[in-house]
Amino acid sequence: MAINWFKYSAPTTFYGLAGKMIPWFAFSAAILFAVGLYIGFFIAPMDAQQGEFYRIIFIHVPASMMSMFLYMVMAGYAALGLIFNTRLSAMMASAIAPTGALFTVVSLWTGALWGKPMWGTWWMWDARMTSELILLFLYLGFIALHASIDEPRRADRAAALLAIVGSVNVPIIYFSVKWWNTLHQGATIKFSGTSMHIAMQQAMFTMLAACWLYAIAVALARVRSIILERERNTVWIAELPEVKQ
Amino acid sequence: MKKSSMLDLLVLVIRRDLVLAMRRRADVLTTLVFFVMVVSLFPLGVGPELSMLRKMAPGVLWVAALLASMLSLGRLFSADYLDGTLEQMMLAPQSLSMLVLGKMAAHWMVSGLPLVLMAPVLGLQFDMSVQALGVLIVGLLLGTPILSMIGAIGAALTLGLRGGGVLLSLLVLPLCIPVLIFGTGAVEAISSGLSVVSHLSLLGALLVLSFVFTPWVTAQALRISME
Amino acid sequence: MLEVSNLACSRGDHRLFCGLNFSLNLGQIMQVQGANGSGKTSLLRTLCGFMMPDEGDIVWRGESIRDLDEDYYAEMLYLGHLNAIKDELSALENLRISAGLSGVVLEEQEAISALRRMGLRGREMLPTKVLSQGQRRRVALARLLVSDAKLWILDEPLTALDVGAVALVQELISEHLAQQGMVIFTTHQPLQVAGIEMRSLTLS
Repeated sequence: MAINWFKYSAPTTFYGLAGKMIPWFAFSAAILFAVGLYIGFFIAPMDAQQGEFYRIIFIHVPASMMSMFLYMVMAGYAALGLIFNTRLSAMMASAIAPTGALFTVVSLWTGALWGKPMWGTWWMWDARMTSELILLFLYLGFIALHASIDEPRRADRAAALLAIVGSVNVPIIYFSVKWWNTLHQGATIKFSGTSMHIAMQQAMFTMLAACWLYAIAVALARVRSIILERERNTVWIAELPEVKQ
Repeated sequence: MKKSSMLDLLVLVIRRDLVLAMRRRADVLTTLVFFVMVVSLFPLGVGPELSMLRKMAPGVLWVAALLASMLSLGRLFSADYLDGTLEQMMLAPQSLSMLVLGKMAAHWMVSGLPLVLMAPVLGLQFDMSVQALGVLIVGLLLGTPILSMIGAIGAALTLGLRGGGVLLSLLVLPLCIPVLIFGTGAVEAISSGLSVVSHLSLLGALLVLSFVFTPWVTAQALRISME
Repeated sequence: MLEVSNLACSRGDHRLFCGLNFSLNLGQIMQVQGANGSGKTSLLRTLCGFMMPDEGDIVWRGESIRDLDEDYYAEMLYLGHLNAIKDELSALENLRISAGLSGVVLEEQEAISALRRMGLRGREMLPTKVLSQGQRRRVALARLLVSDAKLWILDEPLTALDVGAVALVQELISEHLAQQGMVIFTTHQPLQVAGIEMRSLTLS
C-alpha cells in the first residue's frame, strides 16, 4: 500500500485517478443532497419555538462544519507539502481553499437568513458567526497570498506556511471570540434546547455527508486543472486526449 | 579578531536597526502621526459626546494601534531585502531566528513603544479614567510586541511583492484579533470595576507564545521568500 | 572540500542546467562561465544555500550543506550583485557591522586600515550614499580583507570598478589563494590571477 501512495503522489498518475473518481463523488453528492434536503424540508417536524424557519440549519450547520474541517485538511496538505516537498500536496491545498471559502460564505449567508426571522436583524455578532467571518478572512488571505506570488514554488510554500500559522491560531481566535461574546452578553444563535428529533438528525448527517462528497469532487476537479496549468510544458500533458485536439 | 557570541549578535542587530531608524526619523514619525490622526477621526465621525467616547475609547485606541503597527511592518525587512543586507544576514554563522528576534525588538522599540507612550495622552481626549489609562498602557505594553512579532511573519511572507502593504494587513489582522479582544477587554473590565487579571494574563501568555515561536517561523518564511 | 554532484536547478518552470559535477579544493579558483540567463547566478546562489536544487548534492568537508547550515556559513563568504551596505551608515560602520554579522568583532583601527587599503582613505566616515558606485563596491569588497572565510563565492565582483580597483581585487584573490583559500566566481570583465591555474566551468 505504501508503494501505491507514492505512485499516486505524482501529478501524472493522480491526474488520471482523480478523473475517474470525480463522477462517483459528484453523483453520490447529488443524491445525498436531494435526500437530505427532502428529509430536512419535508419530513422533519416543525420546531416548537422557531417554526418553519429553523430548517435553514440543515444547510447552515453542515456548511459551518465543512468550512472548519476543510481548513484543517488544507493546513494538513500544506504541512505535507512543506515537510516532504511534494508538489501535489501543495496543489491539493490550493484546490481546497476556494471550496472552503465558499462553505464559509454559505454559512455566513444562511446564518443571516436564519437570524433575520429569529432576531429581527440580518447580522448578530455572536461567537460562532464572528469566528466564521474571521475564518473567511483566513481563507481569503491564503488565496490572495498564493495569487500574489508569481513564482509557483515560492507561492506554494509561502501560502502553506500561512495556512499552518492560521490553523494554529484558529483555536486561539475561537476562544478569544467566545470570551469577547460572553463579556458583552451577546446573543447566541442556537438551536432550541429540546433534543433533536430523529428525522432532524438524519437530515443533518445526510447533508454533512453530501457536503463532504461535493467538496471532494470539486477539489479533485480543481486539482486536475491546477495540474494541467502547472505541468503545461511537460511531455505527458501534450499526450493527453483532451489536449491533443 | 575576536569571535562574537549570540548575545553580541542580538545586540549588534538591535543597535544597527535603531541607528538606522534614528537616521530616517521621518519613517518613525509618520507612524506616530498616523496613530494620532486615526484616533482623532473617531470623535469627528461619531460626535463629541463624552460618555459615548469614553465607552469607545479602548476599542478606538487599540484598533488605531493595530493599524499603525501594520503600516510600519512593511518596513521591517524590505529595506534590507532591497540592498542585499538581508541575504547576508541569512548567511550569518549564527541562528537566523536570533537575528530576526533582534529586528523584531528594534522594530517594537521604534514603532510600538511610541504608541504605548502616546496612547494615554490620546486617552485623556476620550475622558478615560486614570485606572483605565493604566490598564490601557499595560495592555499595549504586552500587546504591541505581539503585533510586531506576528506581523513579522506576514512581512517575511510578503517580501518584495507588489501590493505588499495591504496584503500584509489582510494576512496579519485576523491573527491579531485575540490581542485586540483581550486588550480592550481589560480596559472595559477595569471601567466596570471587575478584575483585569485574567485579560492581562492571557495577553501575557500570548506574548510568551509569540516570543517562543514567531522568530523561528519568521526565519522559515524568510527562507521561503528568498529562494 | 567542496563537492558538487549531479546538480540540477530551475528557475520557475525553466530548467537551467542539470547533471553538474565538480569539486574545488584549497588553493583553487574556478570561474563559472556562460551566456546571460544560463544560470550562473542561480548556481552561485544554490551554492550559498538560498535556492534548493531540483536534484543533486552540495557537500562541504564531507557533509551536505543542508545539514551543516551555520557551520558552512561560518566558512564561506558571498558577494552578490547587491553591495549589502546601508546608505545611511558610514563605510566604517558598514564594515564593522558586516564583520559582526559574520561573527567577527572588528576593532575600529583594523576596519579603517582595511578601508584605506581599498582606496577609501578620507571617506571612511562619510555616509555611503554620497559615495560613487565604484566606491560603494570597494566598501563591499573590503569585507574580503577582514573575513576569515575559506570559500569566497563572488558574483561579478568587478562591476563598477576602475582599473586600479580591479588590480586590487586580483591581488586580494591571490593572497587568499596563497593562504589556502578557495574562490568561485563569475565575471563579465577579464580577471587574472598571477601564477595560479584558473579552472573553468561552462554552463549551457
